[in-house]
Amino acid sequence: MELRTIQAKKDFNYKSFFLQWEWMLILIFILVNFLNATLSPYYMSITNLSDATMGFLDKAFIVLPMVFVMILGEIDISVASTVALSSVIMADLYSHGVPMPLAMIICLLVGAACGFINGMLIVKFKELSSVIVTLSTMIIYRGIAYMLLEDQAKGQFPDWFSFFGWEYISGIPFILIVFVVFAVVFGLLLHKTTFGRRVYAMGNNLTASRFSGIQVDKIKVIVFAMTGLMAAVTAIFLTSRMGSTRPNVATGYELDVIAMVVLGGISTAGGKGRMIGAIIAVFLVGLLSYGLGLVNVPAQVLLIIIGLLLIVAVIIPKIKVTKKKLRNL
Amino acid sequence: MSNQAIEKRTVSQTKERRTLGISIAKFRELGLLTFIIVLSLIVQLNNTSFLTLENINDLMTNTAILSILSVGMMLVIITRGIDLSIGATLALSGMVSAMVVSSFPELHPLLIILLGTLIGLASGVVIGLLIAKTNVLPIIVTLGMMNVIRGLTFTVSGGKWVSAHQMPDSFKAIATGSIFGINTLILIAIVTFVVFYYFTNHTRTGRQIYAVGSNPESAKISGINNDKIIWMVYAIMGALSGLAGVLWVSKFASAQGDTASGYELSVIAACVLGGVSIAGGSGKISGVILGSILLGILNNALPLINVSPFWQMAIQGTIILIAVLVNVWVKRGVDRNHLMRRKI
Repeated sequence: MELRTIQAKKDFNYKSFFLQWEWMLILIFILVNFLNATLSPYYMSITNLSDATMGFLDKAFIVLPMVFVMILGEIDISVASTVALSSVIMADLYSHGVPMPLAMIICLLVGAACGFINGMLIVKFKELSSVIVTLSTMIIYRGIAYMLLEDQAKGQFPDWFSFFGWEYISGIPFILIVFVVFAVVFGLLLHKTTFGRRVYAMGNNLTASRFSGIQVDKIKVIVFAMTGLMAAVTAIFLTSRMGSTRPNVATGYELDVIAMVVLGGISTAGGKGRMIGAIIAVFLVGLLSYGLGLVNVPAQVLLIIIGLLLIVAVIIPKIKVTKKKLRNL
Repeated sequence: MSNQAIEKRTVSQTKERRTLGISIAKFRELGLLTFIIVLSLIVQLNNTSFLTLENINDLMTNTAILSILSVGMMLVIITRGIDLSIGATLALSGMVSAMVVSSFPELHPLLIILLGTLIGLASGVVIGLLIAKTNVLPIIVTLGMMNVIRGLTFTVSGGKWVSAHQMPDSFKAIATGSIFGINTLILIAIVTFVVFYYFTNHTRTGRQIYAVGSNPESAKISGINNDKIIWMVYAIMGALSGLAGVLWVSKFASAQGDTASGYELSVIAACVLGGVSIAGGSGKISGVILGSILLGILNNALPLINVSPFWQMAIQGTIILIAVLVNVWVKRGVDRNHLMRRKI
C-alpha cells in the first residue's frame, strides 16, 4: 500500500505545474499533429479535421464516465457489449413499428439498466472484482444482442435519424458539439461537485470514505449506471453513422476506451487523474488514427500502435515513481 | 489440566475445520460432476445421438484445446492475474506455423509444434516481464498486448489465409492421427494435465504459485521471488497457447487472422466454472478439467437439442455469472460457519 497525502490547497509551483502528465500529452498531441501534417498535405485543414472528429468521437462518450469508473479503482469492460445491445434493441423496436424517438429513449434506458446491473452486482458481491463481473455481463449482453438479431443487420431508419452521425450545425459537426457539452458537464461533475470529490475519496481509500459517511455503494451504482447510459449515447451516434446495426457492432471499443482513459493519466489503482487528460487523449488517439489512415497505414498496424500506446502509458508513471523512491533512499 | 483441555479443544477444532474445508472442496467438484451428468442425461433423452462413442470422441477432441489453455489460465488466475491475450497468441503461433509448414512441407510435425510453442513462449515472456517488473494491472497489459499480437498476426500474414490444401498431410495428422487408439489431441491434453498436476501439487515452484496468489506480502517475506513466479506463470500461459495454436490450425486445417478471437473468454469461463477463485490462491486441475468438459458439453449439446447457435453466447455468459455468484455464496457460508465455531 502506498500512502498518499491529500492537501486541501496546493501552493502554486511552476516546476510541478509543468511536470504534469497533461503537458506531456499536449506535447505528444502537437507532435502527432506535426507528424500527420508532414505526412499528408490533406491533413491540416479545418474542414477535414472537424470531419475527422465525426469518425472517432462516438466512443469518446464512454471515455467520460469511464474516467469516473477508473478513478474509483474499478473497470468496466462490458461497455462495448452495452453499445451493441442498446443499438440492437433500438433497431429491433423500430422495425417492429415503435416510433423512432421512443425507440431512442428505450435505447438510453437499456444502456442505463445494463450499467445499473453491473453496479448492483459489484456492490452486492463485494468479493468479486469488477473485472470478472463486467467480463461475464459483457458476454451476456452481447449474447442477448445475438439472440435478438441472430446474424441479420437491421436498418432503414427514418431520414432524420442520420442527423446525429452526419450533420453539421453552422459548420461544426453535431457530434462534436454534443461531445463538448457532455465533456464540460462531466468535467464539472468530477472537479466542482461534492459527488466528484467523493469519487476521488473513494478511489483513494474506500474504507475511510465509508466511515466518513459517504454512501459508497450508492455512488458506485450511479457511476456504473452513468457508464451504461453513455454507452447508449454512443450506440445512438454509431447507429446513425452506420445507418444499420448488427450484434457484432462496436467490438473492441472497450479496449479503445480504456486505452484513452489510461493514456489520459488516470491511474488504474484509482484516486488519480483528471478529466482534461482523458479528453486530450481522445483527440490524440483519434487524430493519430485519422492521420495515419490518410497515408494508408493499415488498420492492423493501427491496432498495434494503440496497444503499444496503452502499455507505454501505464508503464511510464510507474517508472517515475521508482525514480522518486530511489531519490528518497 | 486446563491447558490440556484447551489443547484438546483446539486440536479437535482444527480437525473439524479441516474436514469441513475438504468436504466443501469435494462437494464443489461433486456438484459440478452431478450437474454434468444431469445435463448429459437431459440431452440424451432429447437426442439419442449424444451419448454415442463417436460423439463423445468428437466432444473430447473439441474440448482438448480448451482444457490445455484452461490449465495455463488457472495458474495465471491463481496469482490474481488474468490473461486476455491468449486468443491472439494462439492465432499468431498458428498463423506462423501454418505459413512455415506451407513453405517447408517436409518439416517434421514435432518441429512445428516446438516452433509454435516457442512463439507463444516468447510473447508470454514479454507479457510476464511487463506485469512482473512494472506492477501494472494484468488486465490492462494483456488487453494492450492482445491488440499488438493480433495486429502482428494480420501483418505477418498480410491479411491472407492459409487453407487446407497448402498444408501437408503430416501437419494435419497432428490433430487427426491417433496413438494407441486415442486421438493425439486428447493424448496431448492428458499429458498436459499429468505434468501440471505434478507441477502444482508436488514441486516447490508449483506450491509457490499458490503462496504468491493467496498472500503476496507474506510470500515475499517468506523468501519467495514473487516477480519470478508471476513472470513464469505468464510464460507458461504463453507457451501453452502457442502449443494450442498449432493444434488449432492443424485441427481446423485453416489459419486466419481472426482465429480464436474471443476464445480467451471461454477459457476464463472454464476456469471460473471449475472453481478457480478470481481473487487468487485457489484452484485445482481436476476442477478446471470438469469446467472445460462442462463448457465442451454445452457447445456440443446445445445444437443437438435444437438450441439456436445464436443463443449459445448468452447461455454461456449466464452460466459463468451464476457459477461466480454461487462461488461467493458458498464462500460466505463457509466463512459464517467458521465465525460461529469461533464464538462457541
